Amino acid sequence: MAIWGRLSSRTIANANHMRKRMNQGFINPASGLSPALNRGTPLFSDGNRRHLDSLPRNRATLSWFQRFKSTLAENQQDSFLSSDSDEDHQSLQFPGGKVSYTSEMNFISESSETRVPCYRVLDDDGELIPDSDFQQVSEEVAVKMYSKMVSLQIMDTIFYEAQRQGRISFYLTSAGEEAINIASAAALSEQDIILPQYREPGVLLWRGFTLQEFADQCFGNKADYGKGRQMPIHYGSKKHNFFTISSPIATQLPQAAGIAYSLKMDNKKACVVSYIGDGGTSEGDFHAGLNFAAVMEAPVIFFCRNNGWAISTNVSEQFRSDGIVVKGRAYGIRSIRVDGNDALAVYTAVSAAREMAVNEHRPILIEALTYRVGHHSTSDDSTKYRKLDEIVYWKNARNPVNRFRNWVQSNGWWSEQQETQLRNSVRKQLLEAIQVAEKAEKPPLSEMFRDVYDYPPSNLEEQEKHLRETISRHPSDYPVDIPV
Amino acid sequence: MALRNIIGKRIGNGIGLVGRRSLSTATSDVENRNAKSMNLYSAINQALHLALETDPRAFVFGEDVSFGGVFRCTTGLADRFGKARVFNTPLCEQGIVGFGIGLAAMGNRAIAEIQFADYIYPAFDQIVNEAAKFRYRSGNQFNCGGLTIRAPYGAVGHGGHYHSQSPEAFFCHVPGIKVVIPRSPRQAKGLLLSCIRDPNPVVFFEPKWLYRLAVEEVPEHDYMLPLSKAEVIRQGSDITLVGWGAQLSIMEQACIEAEKDGISCELIDLKTLIPWDKETVEASVRKTGRVLISHEAPVTGGFGAEISASIVERCFLRLEAPVARVCGLDTPFPLVFEPFYMPSKNKVLDAIKATVNY
Repeated sequence: MAIWGRLSSRTIANANHMRKRMNQGFINPASGLSPALNRGTPLFSDGNRRHLDSLPRNRATLSWFQRFKSTLAENQQDSFLSSDSDEDHQSLQFPGGKVSYTSEMNFISESSETRVPCYRVLDDDGELIPDSDFQQVSEEVAVKMYSKMVSLQIMDTIFYEAQRQGRISFYLTSAGEEAINIASAAALSEQDIILPQYREPGVLLWRGFTLQEFADQCFGNKADYGKGRQMPIHYGSKKHNFFTISSPIATQLPQAAGIAYSLKMDNKKACVVSYIGDGGTSEGDFHAGLNFAAVMEAPVIFFCRNNGWAISTNVSEQFRSDGIVVKGRAYGIRSIRVDGNDALAVYTAVSAAREMAVNEHRPILIEALTYRVGHHSTSDDSTKYRKLDEIVYWKNARNPVNRFRNWVQSNGWWSEQQETQLRNSVRKQLLEAIQVAEKAEKPPLSEMFRDVYDYPPSNLEEQEKHLRETISRHPSDYPVDIPV
Repeated sequence: MALRNIIGKRIGNGIGLVGRRSLSTATSDVENRNAKSMNLYSAINQALHLALETDPRAFVFGEDVSFGGVFRCTTGLADRFGKARVFNTPLCEQGIVGFGIGLAAMGNRAIAEIQFADYIYPAFDQIVNEAAKFRYRSGNQFNCGGLTIRAPYGAVGHGGHYHSQSPEAFFCHVPGIKVVIPRSPRQAKGLLLSCIRDPNPVVFFEPKWLYRLAVEEVPEHDYMLPLSKAEVIRQGSDITLVGWGAQLSIMEQACIEAEKDGISCELIDLKTLIPWDKETVEASVRKTGRVLISHEAPVTGGFGAEISASIVERCFLRLEAPVARVCGLDTPFPLVFEPFYMPSKNKVLDAIKATVNY
């Protein structure tokens, strides 16, 4: 009892001291390098820095990048919790690196005193924050980004209506997350491979997947690459390096590590980008994916869209950590928190993450704070579990599309006339695409039995034959629009 | 060595395992040139060497595979082919399979090891929802056909709950993957190479009891044995016995004993459980009129149930007795009760007699 009493009082005494150090432990472009990590090696080798310097940047890039430090365990002389006691010279040679001793009993705090700040460049009104770090976007790219964000909005509105009218069976909007969708895609190379969750159709849109291709998938017709086998919104396109969406949450993360490892083996100057939501970070596959990527030194960006809600489960019921960004360090992964409703910040963060992933063969974790303005899907009514005020606030005051438009307009790159023209044109194209998709033939019945394996085994041939016999006896039991 | 001691003890108990089990590959599908006597783990090891040697895009990975693996199947691979192609992974089965799917999706041969089949369950979602549906859900735009998941399975005499299970039936309910189980070293080498090179994801269960115990002449060269093709390994006329993996040697002993009583047994090695070779089994049952299925996994919901139902569907009027199943009992795999749990030679023999005399 006595010893525990003594130790606990010391623990309390140390707590404040420790918290101060904890706060300094993060790599933070806004506040500068943690003094505790001063002895580490610089983040970028000279070669890499040269490469990065070639990027057009808004202000002295070198100083920004120099603030980063490696988080590799072997480069850490001691932990940021180590004391200045006389035991510093002693250390433990442990598999995985040297650990210093301390006679002070310190439990690492469960959280830092202040939350990890959120990197942004545009303020709520879309005005550039003076002295911000950001990568300049050309007029052409900016206008394309804005146009695609608007297209995504229109796509969501019209497909949502189509579902409500019973023309498609299901839909899921990206409302509120348009900046994440488009800006992250814009910052990548087309060779980079996407492993989506399911709220990232904007990435496909950016890469040139047409409105017709979206409509064909949602209607599950003959032109759907997935041959009508999956629910609407489960897009996939080989030519766009966009792996087919599957409904299970987080399963794509360990796969992303495997794909990224293959890119590295092939010396490709490309990375994998795997998206996930806040809820998905609770899955075992989140842990598996991040840990494998870190250990295998795989060039993959884990992009977490923290939109506050996993269907009806609020982040406060999802985890007790300061969001997702802090989880990176536990895996030895460099991470950043970014304002997901600031397209310019997302673009800049993803550009930098990509450079690090590709040039240094390492995973990067990005947590984008945003908000799911729409319901989880067309099967959900989110007003049953969250306040309308909250939705309206994010929809209006924090709207990422409006914010980016303000910035684009302030540069003189966009006008009201262009806005009207764009909206009308996309709306018209989409309505036409829907009409075409709706009228198109469904995939033939034979497609039900193909692609289970590379060839149909005898049991499937037998079942197909039996099914066809049944259909000929009971044709009225079966949908007429599927060619038999 | 411990394994041999246990086996010795089991022989003493009259369980019916012989010191060296070798189910010869009597068929002519493997040329016998340059054959060398080796055990099952060495045959697996040789197949992995060949797989890595013949395809620069082949990778071997899993828990502890770098130093050769807990069963020595990956011995020498890392030294020969380098750490980039043969490597340890973190201890995380869902990660191993997920990573393997990604690797395979990029056109690589991803040969993943799950250390024991008993630990494959964390990877169940990746196998069932991801690997098995990867091709189908994408309309054949993407596939992970280069994925092979190896896992030691089955009883070993002292494995208890978590080093003895035979989980094959779970995977036989999953369209899109193949499930393959070899019975001997020569079969293991040829089947594993086929699995690795098959354009579909495969779960390959290796009978761990046979790793050291089963010794057979194995050709040195690169050869493949066909998947989804069963093999009649013993001709007979009174009853058909169907099995796979380690259980076949128990069944073979029962066949030999039954012969002394004048019962002629036909023994079939199914080899591939899905998609399985119904035709070979059906043809045999049409000849014998009787069928017995035997596996170590619990009888209820085991793959024997599927074979039984299919044979009844196809051969109902030809059957002269109910389909017999001699399987593991419906308990968790029990340590000290293993001799009671197992579908032993005499249990099989009793069932043969009961079926023939029905």
